[in-house]
Amino acid sequence: MIVAGVDVGSTATKAVLLDENRRIVGRGLSPTGANVVRAAERVFREALGEARLEEWDVAFTVGTGYGRYRVPFGDAQVTEISCHARGASFLFPETRTILDIGGQDTKAIRVGPGGDVLEFHMNDKCAAGTGRFLEAAAGVLGVPLADLGEVAARSKHALRITNVCTVFVESEIVSHLARGRSAEDILAGVHASIAGRSIALLRRVGIEPAVTFTGGVSRNAGMVRAVEERLGTALRICPDSPFTGALGAALFALEKAEAGAPRKSPAPSKQGAP
Amino acid sequence: MRAVAGIDVGTRASKVVLLDADTRARLGRCSIPTGADLRMAAARALEEALAGTGIASGDVAYIASTGYGRYQVPFRDLQITEITCHARGAKALLPGTRCVLDVGAQNSRAMRVAPSGRVEAFRMNDRCASGAGRFLERVARGLEVELEAIGGLSLRSEDPQPISSVCAVLAESEVINHVTEGKKVEDILRGAHNSIAERIVALLRQVGAQPDVTLTGGVAKNVGMVRAIEERLGLPLQVPADAEFAGAFGAAIFGAERLAKRLATARP
Repeated sequence: MIVAGVDVGSTATKAVLLDENRRIVGRGLSPTGANVVRAAERVFREALGEARLEEWDVAFTVGTGYGRYRVPFGDAQVTEISCHARGASFLFPETRTILDIGGQDTKAIRVGPGGDVLEFHMNDKCAAGTGRFLEAAAGVLGVPLADLGEVAARSKHALRITNVCTVFVESEIVSHLARGRSAEDILAGVHASIAGRSIALLRRVGIEPAVTFTGGVSRNAGMVRAVEERLGTALRICPDSPFTGALGAALFALEKAEAGAPRKSPAPSKQGAP
Repeated sequence: MRAVAGIDVGTRASKVVLLDADTRARLGRCSIPTGADLRMAAARALEEALAGTGIASGDVAYIASTGYGRYQVPFRDLQITEITCHARGAKALLPGTRCVLDVGAQNSRAMRVAPSGRVEAFRMNDRCASGAGRFLERVARGLEVELEAIGGLSLRSEDPQPISSVCAVLAESEVINHVTEGKKVEDILRGAHNSIAERIVALLRQVGAQPDVTLTGGVAKNVGMVRAIEERLGLPLQVPADAEFAGAFGAAIFGAERLAKRLATARP
């Protein structure tokens, strides 16, 4: 049996396909863009492609993320908080605290041994401390998003970013550049600023090891290091960390399929299949 | 002739007002984009304000600075907070002023002013761009409309589109999504103006709104913003012709007063 989890985030949409042995058989990742439905379909196809499967092979699909109700082939929806908790506990069973930094929001979740959500806090009101903050800095500095962490790592004297507001930080970066400060030192300051905000959010739920880092920003090694330095403990990350939400959704899908939950979407027609 | 200058180094624009030190008549004014180098902006704004007035820089007997970059004006005689200067400038431009709303690029401020011109209460938001001109800049950018045109366009709206994001950065994305969904530009713009107006009026209510309410700062040039604030406030706004220069004007008046005092004590 194959099940799917689709995580429609504000910035990126992710899909994960699982088999009945909870093995990941396919993944898809694409910018969400303005058309949520198309993004969901795109990542679903991408995951099917990797798994060499067809859509009718999928027994159950769970949607999560802010666009979860707009996944046209979704059979059920689960909040991203629950999905991240479930996914993180599956990847790292020792997980007790989760930091999820996405494109437009940041979440801190404390979970029980089975991946049940005990407490959570999130910032989705303001871009400070989220991926958007990094994107803005990258834009002003003309550094590709993928290189940010690496550039920041070369810094010898991290600058202190004093503003909270992303818009103001853009101006702050411009004036640092005008004073001849290096992109390395500015970016080290930017990473430190986000790390500081992340830790403050984590403290609100209570930090209990192990801490697992999820979301798109977990791919940024500079961000991982900046959080670890302040936290004093290693973060759990893996190549599948950006897919944690979709993975959690797929795990819920498997549970629901095994329990015989009714499908909401019309079963894909096999007509035309060879 | 002796002149005094008020220099308001804002985050987006640097403004200079030149006054006759004795008659306090306005001799010149100038507004230039601030850019990244605040010192350079202050010097250039003063130079440009002087150009064509026939006043030599040596005739400027006193310089008072205000605004976010007021400490970055090395040739100043005095620096004064924007709160004080905007209140003073607004009162001088429109004597009936009892409240001042100053909406700049990065900050919005509300002041209640006594008939004497003293600031009785003030509130400001300088932590984030949610209630300031930068919010509009982001929205304009998302919509690919000239900043100067957005206010007029917003007034054409018949079905304002609410903007739920308070954060300017997130609002920019929200606006782009609205466009993709086929929402009209004027409706999105009206929603954005309403959203900022909401926050600005909340600020004013905290100091106690009472007429006349005078609007100063660069955002006063935006007719859509004026209307959106008036609707929420339930009071008409007084918008002086030189609303953008109110801070620099206030600073220049303080400069003239200080200079008069200095000269009075210097005379035998």
